[in-house]
Amino acid sequence: MAVQEQELAVPAHEHEEQPRRHDKLVIIAWSGDLDKVWPQMILATTGAAMGMQTTIFFTFWGLFSLVRDEKHITGENWMQKMVAMMDRPGMEHLKLGKMNFAGAGPAMMKKLAKEHNVASPGELLEMARDLGVKLVPCQMTMDLLGLRREDMIDGLDEPAGATTMLMEAQEAVTLFI
Amino acid sequence: MTTQIARTLDLKGLSCPLPIVKTAQAMKELGSGELIEALATDPGSVPDFNAWCTSTGNELVERTDADGVYRFVIRKK
Repeated sequence: MAVQEQELAVPAHEHEEQPRRHDKLVIIAWSGDLDKVWPQMILATTGAAMGMQTTIFFTFWGLFSLVRDEKHITGENWMQKMVAMMDRPGMEHLKLGKMNFAGAGPAMMKKLAKEHNVASPGELLEMARDLGVKLVPCQMTMDLLGLRREDMIDGLDEPAGATTMLMEAQEAVTLFI
Repeated sequence: MTTQIARTLDLKGLSCPLPIVKTAQAMKELGSGELIEALATDPGSVPDFNAWCTSTGNELVERTDADGVYRFVIRKK
């Protein structure tokens, strides 16, 4: 039987002063662990869905999730290549920060997520792009890891630095994940 | 004001944040004043749709539930 709710969407205390609303969201995505990339993507898509002007700044390990999945080895010198070899970048290859168990942990998490209809980080990134989330790679990290634009997925914004991001973060809700 | 539902979204079985994200995506195709109907099973979608409507200014016109399915009718701002 259908239950009709009374008084819909009426703010409880309309006369009271509302806290200031932010219309911008900046996520500093510094981690490339699956357990952090997932909430980065969930919050970015949700912010954009709420009409917030949303930007993700991918820096340090956070940049790994923007590398094309089919890329095995990135980097220009042997050390950069070693980093990519020891820690393969790409959204499909992210590891758990804890309980990784050589990939068994992430595999289990992904299976659970599928069973519970939780979107994967890759699917969420796709939606984020569709909703107009700005995806800004950190120029310094790209140089550090020897990552070129062609190593990374399409639809990214121009690489930028910390100053640009802190400017962007003014008057915004800022999350460091 | 129209009372005709322009679009129905089947969000049954989907978990956070998909019901909201998919509604926001679908909303982009609608004109101002048009109605969208969203059907979800995630209990978290009840507070989430409330919060989303409050923050976006879209109007939650109707909220009912039956047999574990939450039905939201929203009018685009």
